[in-house]
Amino acid sequence: MSELESKLGPWVIKYRWIIILLSLILVFAAASGGRFLVFKADYRVFFSEDNPQLQAFDKIEKTYSRNDNVLFILTPKDGNVFSRETLKVVETVTEKAWQIPYSIRVDSISNFQHTYAEGDDLIVEDLISDAENLTDADLVRIKEVALSEPLLKQRLISPTSHVTSVSATISLPNIDQTKEVPEVISFARKMGDEIRALAPNVEVRISGMVPMNNAFAESAQGDMMNLVPLSFGVMFLMLLILLKSVSTTLGIILVIFLSIMTGMGLGGYIGFPLTGPSVSSMTIILTVAIANSVHVLTTFIHEMRSGKEKNTAIAEALRINLQPVFLASTTTMIGFLTMNFSEVPPFGHLGNFVAMGVVASFILSVTFLPALISLLPVRVKVVKGEEDKQMIALGDFVVKNQKKLMAVMGIIIVTLIIFLPKNQLNDIFVHYFDETIQFRQDSDYIDKNLTGLYVIDYSLESGEDSGISNPGYLKEVEAFANWYREQPETRHVNIYTEVIKRLNKNMHGDDERWKKIPDDRNLAAQYLLMYEMSLPYGLDLNNQIDINKSALRMTVSIQTISSNEIIELGDRAKKWLAENGKYIKVAEGTGPTMMFANIGQRNISSMLIATTLALILISGILIFAFRSFKTGMISMIPNLVPAAMGFGLWGLLVGEVGLALSVVTTMTLGIVVDDTVHFLSKYLRAKREHGYSAPDAVRYAFNHVGRALLTTSIVLVVGFIVLAQSHFKMNSDMGMLTSIVIAFALIADFFFLPPLLMKLEKKS
Amino acid sequence: MKGIILLSGLLAFTGVTYAETAEEKGLAIAVEADKRDTGWRDQATTMKMILRNSQGAESTREIRGKTLEVKGDGDKSLTIFDTPRDVKGTAFLSFTHALKSDEQWLYLPALKRVKRISSSNKSGPFMGSEFAYEDISSQEVEKYKYKYIKDDKINGRDTFVIEQYPQYKKSGYTRMVAWVDKEMYQPLKIEFYDRKKSLLKTLTQHDYKQYLNKYWRPGRLEMVNHQTGKSTTLLWQSYKFKNGFRKRDFDKNSLKRAR
Repeated sequence: MSELESKLGPWVIKYRWIIILLSLILVFAAASGGRFLVFKADYRVFFSEDNPQLQAFDKIEKTYSRNDNVLFILTPKDGNVFSRETLKVVETVTEKAWQIPYSIRVDSISNFQHTYAEGDDLIVEDLISDAENLTDADLVRIKEVALSEPLLKQRLISPTSHVTSVSATISLPNIDQTKEVPEVISFARKMGDEIRALAPNVEVRISGMVPMNNAFAESAQGDMMNLVPLSFGVMFLMLLILLKSVSTTLGIILVIFLSIMTGMGLGGYIGFPLTGPSVSSMTIILTVAIANSVHVLTTFIHEMRSGKEKNTAIAEALRINLQPVFLASTTTMIGFLTMNFSEVPPFGHLGNFVAMGVVASFILSVTFLPALISLLPVRVKVVKGEEDKQMIALGDFVVKNQKKLMAVMGIIIVTLIIFLPKNQLNDIFVHYFDETIQFRQDSDYIDKNLTGLYVIDYSLESGEDSGISNPGYLKEVEAFANWYREQPETRHVNIYTEVIKRLNKNMHGDDERWKKIPDDRNLAAQYLLMYEMSLPYGLDLNNQIDINKSALRMTVSIQTISSNEIIELGDRAKKWLAENGKYIKVAEGTGPTMMFANIGQRNISSMLIATTLALILISGILIFAFRSFKTGMISMIPNLVPAAMGFGLWGLLVGEVGLALSVVTTMTLGIVVDDTVHFLSKYLRAKREHGYSAPDAVRYAFNHVGRALLTTSIVLVVGFIVLAQSHFKMNSDMGMLTSIVIAFALIADFFFLPPLLMKLEKKS
Repeated sequence: MKGIILLSGLLAFTGVTYAETAEEKGLAIAVEADKRDTGWRDQATTMKMILRNSQGAESTREIRGKTLEVKGDGDKSLTIFDTPRDVKGTAFLSFTHALKSDEQWLYLPALKRVKRISSSNKSGPFMGSEFAYEDISSQEVEKYKYKYIKDDKINGRDTFVIEQYPQYKKSGYTRMVAWVDKEMYQPLKIEFYDRKKSLLKTLTQHDYKQYLNKYWRPGRLEMVNHQTGKSTTLLWQSYKFKNGFRKRDFDKNSLKRAR
């Protein structure tokens, strides 16, 4: 290796033109994979195919129907839905909603299939038709029916009748989702605009599952449009300040740019989709890749300042940095690659994008960059005395106060770690989007004014064909629905028992006393048959009754609560079923809400494995590279402590750990190792090549790598702070905590690792 | 003038339908199909309906049907459900009309009563299947406007491809495309387009047999819903003609007697 290190510099300078040309050709070949990159507008991308909740939900959707929807929330400014004017708008929206691409069903208070008895006839008809010509008496009657109908109240009409909604069920063919979701959204938005123009007295909001899918894609696009240029700008300024050289700064920016193009392009060839997390890989590559270049160029500038000729300085910079930069890149790559263990595929994609970008940045930093620099004019003032005075002073300070530092750092670390358990795994997935996102605003509005956006879906299986007409089963289902209605979190329960009770009443001359489950199984089945024969196109019960009539789908809408509360509610329901269920054979709460509630827990378990594996691999590499078992083991302390401190601080300040944070440990591990690697490699070099004592080796390390560590850490912290500006919470939380961890890593490497090394040296 | 008469006479002679528009040709095909399927008077059938969801799970219903041909209006039909067991004996009487809502009654054995269904809805699913009642009720010429599109071949058979536009306001469809066999004048395939003009379902009709040396009837119908992935097979297990049914076999009172 040492031969390679010293030969690389002259070789690069000799073949610089070929290297530059070849690098550009290879990068552009890789980057052309970028044309395969697409934004994935589907929340399902967050779940791996073998996710049990996803599988349960898929089964429900295949048994009944898909229930992705678009909701139009209508708020008349006069606060009363039941006016001719507003009802006409409802009718119009209902009519138009059938035209939304891939819509298979539309539900509203106007096309609600109202049933009543008229002599011996059963009348089944739209609750509202020809709204313009309704009499005042009609309006009163309609309002009364709507507000006393359990299938409408708090689902499509608010109890105070100030808000109503029209729900279009969308069944995406999933052939090309990148087109399908935007197609639905642009149609729905256009519809919204038309309604606003048509009825200025009605506020229109749009929410639902399809808009949520779209929000995932749009927030990812937003991050790419805003954060990536912002990071470039910030980094450019910072490098300029830190390196005080325009040409080297431009060289680094170019390397970063090419690294991002390579990483993203290769990911495109493989077929990784762009999602919120994976888009942040651009900012992360940018941030992480800078470190490689900075290390090479800081040494280079350092050498030139001390009066060396440019090409000699380049050769020296490569000789000194090749090994640590290679090691740092490898460990960073491993850290990111182990994110493939995540239960959440986008984090795996993120890890792979970044890993490829880091490899590219390593290769470019030791070939393309020096070749380029050798061609660019670099002016550096020669400074007498090559020492970095501030860093030497810092080194002296650390050596002198090693015992105090050890104690103080020990106390800080332990104190922060005490707060570790204060972190609770919790997530509110609607809050993945911050308040600046329209979807979030409209969803909060629904939650406050109409119904719950969170939905738990059950398939209540009777275990026998036609079992849904069994009175025992029906009564149990009703009791279960009623139990759910009593839960404080519940906003609405959609269940077929309401239909059969109403039919029973209708068949007894609309006598309220008969509004109950029929006692005769055949009667219940025949009522259902009759009702089904009466329903118009698109309003059938196939979305809630399976084809064998053996199971019912129950849909519970709940208010926006945290993942823990959802799981807890699901467990309570399970307990109720276990205690009371005789006829309901199988019932598993599922749906996107349940899926997101459980994914955090599942992800943490998988990331623990990933972190352990990354730690073993990285430590192994360090032991091998430093040819010292002891040093390798010592390095684990500054590698792990920053994450523990970071989470401790998070526990103290925030206390809630969402899905995104469960990947931070693994991700930062690969990054913070870099500082340790650079520090230790200089420390060991001083001891082995120069025969320095431990305190002198510490001073040497500070002198030679302190500045670069400070620079790269500042760059990393700032880069991740830029990521923290994302409107997508997964990214902003991840950015925030990562920058905290990296800051702690620098502190640990400066003030904790050296005293530790010196102390252990004394012992042996 | 003479020349024109001569020319049109020549055209008529050679059978070239020069001035016929696509609409007229479509209508002509429908009229011919109707004409060829007139005069069978009544029929009795037994069928099996197999429902499938998108996972491939199946469910079966067994039904018997009696139909009385009505000239100048839709047919009268009586359907008796045999399975599932809990609806056994339920009987459904329907007077089909081309443009008005059908008149429908249902006899519920558990209630021992006949109920009239105020059904303006021919477009909903029949017994939870992918067939709407309007798909399987009697086909009257006036139900649609027509347009001839082209000639085509399906499974080696020559067909006319015609578009049909439902005239009934509450139909679930905006358009149907039918492949009508040139020999039998019966559809081999029909595509149904929904309100937003997207393909909703495809029906294919198989195993045609000729009865009374004149009337073609399919033995199997396959309906696939492209939007939900669900499908339904309709198997006609027997056709019996000349049963001597009369009008009074198709009224409210006959419903209760139907077994």
